[in-house]
Amino acid sequence: MSKSPEVKLVNVPSPNFVPEKDAGKPLVLEAAHLGIDFGGLVAVDEFNIGIGATEICGLIGPNGAGKTTIFNLLTKVYEPTRGTIMIGGRDTHNMTPVQVNQMGIARTFQNIRLFDKLSVEENVKIGLHNHIGYHTLSGVFRLPAYWKEEKKAHEKALELLDIFGMADLANVTADSLPYGAQRRLEIVRALATGPKLLLLDEPAAGMNPSETEELMNNIRKIRDEFQIAILLIEHDMNLVMGICESIVVLNFGRIIAKGTPSQIQGNPQVIEAYLGTHRG
Amino acid sequence: MNIYKNASVASKKAFLNYAIVILFFVVFQTLVNTGSITSALKGQLIPIVCYMIMAVSLNLVVGISGELSLGHAGFMSVGAFTAVIVSALMSGASNSSRLFVSILVGAAIAALAGFLIGIPVLRLNGDYLAIVTLAFGEIIKNILNCLYVGIDDKGVHFAFNNPNALGMDPLGKEIIKGPMGAVGIKKIATFPAAVILLLVVLIIIQNLVNSRTGRAIMAIRDNRIAAESMGLSPMKYKMLAFTVSASMAGAAGAIYALNISTLVPKKFDFNTSILVLVFVVLGGIGNMTGSLIAAGVLVVLPELLRKFSDYRMLVYAIVLILVMLVTNNEKLKGRLDTFVKKLGMRISKGGRKK
Amino acid sequence: MLAHLINGISLGSIYAIIALGYTMVYGIAKMLNFAHGDVIMVGGYISFYSMTLLGLPVPIAILAAVFVCTALGIVVERLAYKPLRAATSLAVLITAIGMSYFLQNAALLIWDANPKAYPNIFKNFEAVEFAGARISPFAIVAIAANLVIMIALTLFTTRTKVGKAMRAVSEDKGAATLMGINVNFTISLTFAIGSGLAAIAGVLLCTAYPTLMPTTGSMPGIKAFTAAVFGGIGSIPGAMIGGILLGIIEILARAYISSELADAIVFGVLIVVLIFRPTGLLGKQVHEKV
Repeated sequence: MSKSPEVKLVNVPSPNFVPEKDAGKPLVLEAAHLGIDFGGLVAVDEFNIGIGATEICGLIGPNGAGKTTIFNLLTKVYEPTRGTIMIGGRDTHNMTPVQVNQMGIARTFQNIRLFDKLSVEENVKIGLHNHIGYHTLSGVFRLPAYWKEEKKAHEKALELLDIFGMADLANVTADSLPYGAQRRLEIVRALATGPKLLLLDEPAAGMNPSETEELMNNIRKIRDEFQIAILLIEHDMNLVMGICESIVVLNFGRIIAKGTPSQIQGNPQVIEAYLGTHRG
Repeated sequence: MNIYKNASVASKKAFLNYAIVILFFVVFQTLVNTGSITSALKGQLIPIVCYMIMAVSLNLVVGISGELSLGHAGFMSVGAFTAVIVSALMSGASNSSRLFVSILVGAAIAALAGFLIGIPVLRLNGDYLAIVTLAFGEIIKNILNCLYVGIDDKGVHFAFNNPNALGMDPLGKEIIKGPMGAVGIKKIATFPAAVILLLVVLIIIQNLVNSRTGRAIMAIRDNRIAAESMGLSPMKYKMLAFTVSASMAGAAGAIYALNISTLVPKKFDFNTSILVLVFVVLGGIGNMTGSLIAAGVLVVLPELLRKFSDYRMLVYAIVLILVMLVTNNEKLKGRLDTFVKKLGMRISKGGRKK
Repeated sequence: MLAHLINGISLGSIYAIIALGYTMVYGIAKMLNFAHGDVIMVGGYISFYSMTLLGLPVPIAILAAVFVCTALGIVVERLAYKPLRAATSLAVLITAIGMSYFLQNAALLIWDANPKAYPNIFKNFEAVEFAGARISPFAIVAIAANLVIMIALTLFTTRTKVGKAMRAVSEDKGAATLMGINVNFTISLTFAIGSGLAAIAGVLLCTAYPTLMPTTGSMPGIKAFTAAVFGGIGSIPGAMIGGILLGIIEILARAYISSELADAIVFGVLIVVLIFRPTGLLGKQVHEKV
């Protein structure tokens, strides 16, 4: 199994830390005292995180710990009850999911949400939407801008699909792809929006070990090529320990531990809450 | 590598539709020129084209944007009554320029109505959206029922719910009389003009659908949450589809109105909206070719089968239900597929025997 | 003013009874049964012909209407809606519209388009004086029927086993199935009750507006759906409050603003409610799971 070399974490303004390589750069995302209640039930509380410019961070925890809720908070599907979320230094208070995406956060979904009836290429082109530079009227009247930009979008879509070797599937409808390919397409589609931070919700779910191994290499490749940060939720501990530089552990909506993979593996609280029952 | 394979499939479909419309025009224009068409059918030619425009424009909302609108006839009536007023005002101009400007203004006012109605409507989903579009359709009808318009030397006079409030010169002419509707309309619409309008509408819709904007509309239809997370604003694109569709219904209404001498608001009630929905559903939701054919056939058919006119709506209703059942129930769909396959095999076997 | 108010409440009571049918079906099958209004019309015709053609006494005629409409409701659900349990709401709604059209046009062929003059079933009763206003026997019966039906339904859904099953199915079909509840039976029962109520509403409606036509039910049906949404879809007391408020609004609008625009105003209320309080007065908020 490919294991990433242990990275040294350094403190940025407390209570966060990032890998040493990102220490000089501004944080891509910073959340402080984040919390949400659902009708009196505290689902997430006192969630603090800072993500470095090219960091791969893992968000782990037992089922029902509130991991996906955190993704929904960060992308503004839910408006938080408490706390702040800063993207690239800007407060996202009262922003919509659309604005959050335009500020540089893209995500995938735990329960796959592709545009089922559209082709693979069209799915990616929808991700590219805000980078395709022609007006609706140019499209309606088929002006030169339409042809030029559509050609560019087509090439870009194939290039992105090629990361996962899916370029030859461009004309297949999304719902006819096998499960693993659907998950990969979601990553490509999110990447097409040109994010600074990619949120991956259980990217390896339903994949076999060799697919997972390939996925790990591709996640690393994406980070290196695009120089972006990645925050991922995953139950597969081989993947998390293999590619994450830092890990945040959640239980009952609260952070119970933060640190490097080896720190987390040795943390007795984590072992009690989570690793004690883990599969690997 | 098959570059543009998708695009070419889409444009092939689009050109098929243009070809169908042009063929339809050539055939019927020839029949008219040679005098080999009944006057009843001849009178139906412009309404047929209007309903084709209505069907493809409603399909943009129902099929492409995925919202069930039950008030499409309301936009048709906005365009129709606007065109009546504009045409009456331009009594000095040539017929063709009157027709052109009337359609344009009718479409623009209908688009405005679509935009204003879209603001509240498009915040809703599913059944609620459907029932509110129905409500707006009825409100438009009620308002037009109260509308009185007259023209005299000083210009246009409007009155609401009270014909005596028009305040016109004694020589002025009332052109819209509340529930009695518009009277004395000059018939300036022509079959070729209607077909050109239909072609323009088709070009706009099909190019829109096969562009960045159309992809966005379909993405929002298929999965709103994912589309938002890709940076697509649902309101913006739903509004675009809704407004474009409303303006086209307005244009259809305009040319429809300028083809008849009297027009009552009641003509554009809920039943008309449903009739257009029937065309869309029977032609296949999202399928423009289907909408064209269904509108054409279902407007002409009752003319040809006068005897069965009592049963027409009953048959529509039954077919509507059956189509929905067969296309949406897995078991029935499977049975239909095997039936079609068997049928196909029997036909090909029969062919081989010969 | 008081007279208008009483008129409004009695009309609203009819809306409330129709709205109960909508609200129960929406709650349990998550569908807008567009054909519900036309079941009212069928109830009107059955009771009309029972009284005029067969000369049956009024209570028997009402029972006949209830019986036929109940059966009709069950048959419609089985034939048209049950096969579409897994379909999109768009497909179900179009099917329901088709069913509404089917019933109207079937009625047109069976009973023709000529309006029928519905007999006054309260002609042997005197109006009652109350605080200077005359309250017609119709108003008393409509309001009383509404109250009795609402109380009975509330007791039924909270106290009986079948009623509780109904609420369970409306919460979660899958879980209800696992608990041994017969979901198909429960849904049929809901349609049966709703349609039976529609028959009663049909008799009351035709008494209030004694012109019976194949399209009689469609407008009141849509307004009653408005009432159900107004009160909060899925809620039994909500249907009653929504119905009565809508009846009062309609009668007041007709009296003080314009009879031409009364319907437009009623629909305006629907639009305002849906925009500012989409779950209605007594409805509960539902979150979409992401």
